[in-house]
Amino acid sequence: MTTLPPWAERPSRAGLFLKGLVLTLIVAGVLFPIYMVVLTSLSTQETVSQAGGLVTVPGELSFAAYEELFAGGVVTRSVLVSLGVTVVGTAISLVVTVLAAYGLSRPGSLLHRPMLFLVLLTFLFGPGLIPNYLLVSSLGLIDSYWSLILPGAVTAFNLVVMRAFFMNIPEEVSDSARIDGASEFRILRTIVLPMSKGVTAVIGLFYAVGYWNSFFNAVLYLNDNAKWPLQVVLRQYVLQGQALVVGQSSNSTIAGQALPPSLAIQMAIVVVALLPVLFVYPFVQRHFTKGVIIGAIKG
Amino acid sequence: MLRDHAKTGPAGDLTSPAGTGVSKDVGNRAQRTRAAKRTERQPFLARLRRDWQLLLMALPAIGLLIVFHYVPLLGNVIAFQDYSPYVGIADSPWVGFSNFQWLMFDESFWDATLNTLAITTFQLVFYFPVPILLAVLLDSVVRPRLRLFIQGIVYMPHFFSWVLVVTLFQQMFGGAGLLSQTLRDHGYRGIDIMTNPDTFLVLVTAETIWKDAGWGTIIFLAALAAINQNLYEAAAVDGANRWRRMWHITLPGLRPVVVLLLILRLGEALNVGFEQFFLQRDAVGRDAAEVLDTFVYWRTLLTGEWSYGAAAGLVKGLVGLILILMANKVAHRFGEQGIYKRS
Repeated sequence: MTTLPPWAERPSRAGLFLKGLVLTLIVAGVLFPIYMVVLTSLSTQETVSQAGGLVTVPGELSFAAYEELFAGGVVTRSVLVSLGVTVVGTAISLVVTVLAAYGLSRPGSLLHRPMLFLVLLTFLFGPGLIPNYLLVSSLGLIDSYWSLILPGAVTAFNLVVMRAFFMNIPEEVSDSARIDGASEFRILRTIVLPMSKGVTAVIGLFYAVGYWNSFFNAVLYLNDNAKWPLQVVLRQYVLQGQALVVGQSSNSTIAGQALPPSLAIQMAIVVVALLPVLFVYPFVQRHFTKGVIIGAIKG
Repeated sequence: MLRDHAKTGPAGDLTSPAGTGVSKDVGNRAQRTRAAKRTERQPFLARLRRDWQLLLMALPAIGLLIVFHYVPLLGNVIAFQDYSPYVGIADSPWVGFSNFQWLMFDESFWDATLNTLAITTFQLVFYFPVPILLAVLLDSVVRPRLRLFIQGIVYMPHFFSWVLVVTLFQQMFGGAGLLSQTLRDHGYRGIDIMTNPDTFLVLVTAETIWKDAGWGTIIFLAALAAINQNLYEAAAVDGANRWRRMWHITLPGLRPVVVLLLILRLGEALNVGFEQFFLQRDAVGRDAAEVLDTFVYWRTLLTGEWSYGAAAGLVKGLVGLILILMANKVAHRFGEQGIYKRS
């Protein structure tokens, strides 16, 4: 069964048991809250009140909370906003980052050093909250979705990791294409990128998660609460427990009534915020060590 | 991180005469030949004709960084003004250092500074070792499939937003959360950890551990994987037991990474993160949860003291920069690479 390294003697029973216990506890510590939140969001009102709060033992299940959430209104709209920002933002970030990472990956090319210096210098200091705000507002981006995308569109870290990966690809491969008259764009598209699928997926995930989780920028730059992304809604209705207006279009003042936040609905919002990460993550996870560590440690 | 840049430095040095630009780096043959080829002195126009595509590719990212990173740096001048958004930077009156003088006598600023440092110190003691221990533990799991599974699970919370993490903690440990619920079911009084200023340090550290300790193991696991396995075998032959092997082989193998991360952490002492504290400031109260970042936010955007907030932010940024530079000096003292190489 287990292939022990050649030098290891058989581990003691107690030690093995203890190790297993600790590892199980750690895994459970991560999974248990998620399990409970998902379960509560799927429970009926009766099951929730019977449990006196969060549900730990499955009772009667229902999708009522989700139906209510997606009947239109605040949550539906915020999910759409978050999805839109994530898709558009990730696309922009990935294209820009990949291009720049390749453009800077050939030492000795024109202006390569000053440009790289410019990128690396951003590690040392940030402009600060107020100047950032002043810039975004003077660009007229307040209350625009672009305020969630453009300021963080390029992360120096991701750029450097990607560049380090590209630099590890032997030059001979692309040189032959260059002799055949391929343009740099073509080399990137047909040779370099197919060899870097893993690292591209990981960097894409990093960007996507950043956009999906964007909360503080939204608080700063979006005054209009009709434009709120999901994370802000999550804070408002779940963390702060404000009454939630669900199930009707928001611009009519009479339609629908403010519901007291029921626990099942609150937990359903949490699940909606959680889901995309849980969904995409397994596909990208196996590239973590290969793609990122190699890049990060070398770089 | 900048090591790569530094390593290729001599080769990419555009000012050196032709022929001397050959890289001194003997590690990577491909890189050396490539670098040598590229440094042959050619007139600017020829190089432009050769490299214009690469330049064009780098341009969008460089442009974005300049606009959203370097241009705002100029905005810091309002720290020396009595800035009013209605007048603009150009016409706001200059007030010299008076904003900074006010700052020095502002108790709430010092409270925020003390809170920030307290949180940094606490996390250094109680958070920092956790990923190392976890990595050693994970590394001892020999079955690869099981190990990948556990790694996958513990990495995951890193990708959750702070709103989500705080919400989950509230559901577990808040006044209406699972812990209180269970306590009440058994006839005890419920407790609310989420609003208790006295245990706030423990709370934020626990949150940080839950969110990032797993992710933090990646770099240590890589360092562990790089340790020569023969050393273990040799030590075992010499009669070293499991603990001695950990002490004499595993931990020394981790030392460079630990030192590097420790130094980097010191350079980031004033950056404890924004969202985590912003989200919990109301529940716990200003006295415990105000950090420098939230101080700047509340002082500016809510009360309109723009210049004052900018001054506070500038002080924080400058102190942070000094800390990073100092930390890097220390790194060199230890014989580590640091974040950039000594030039």
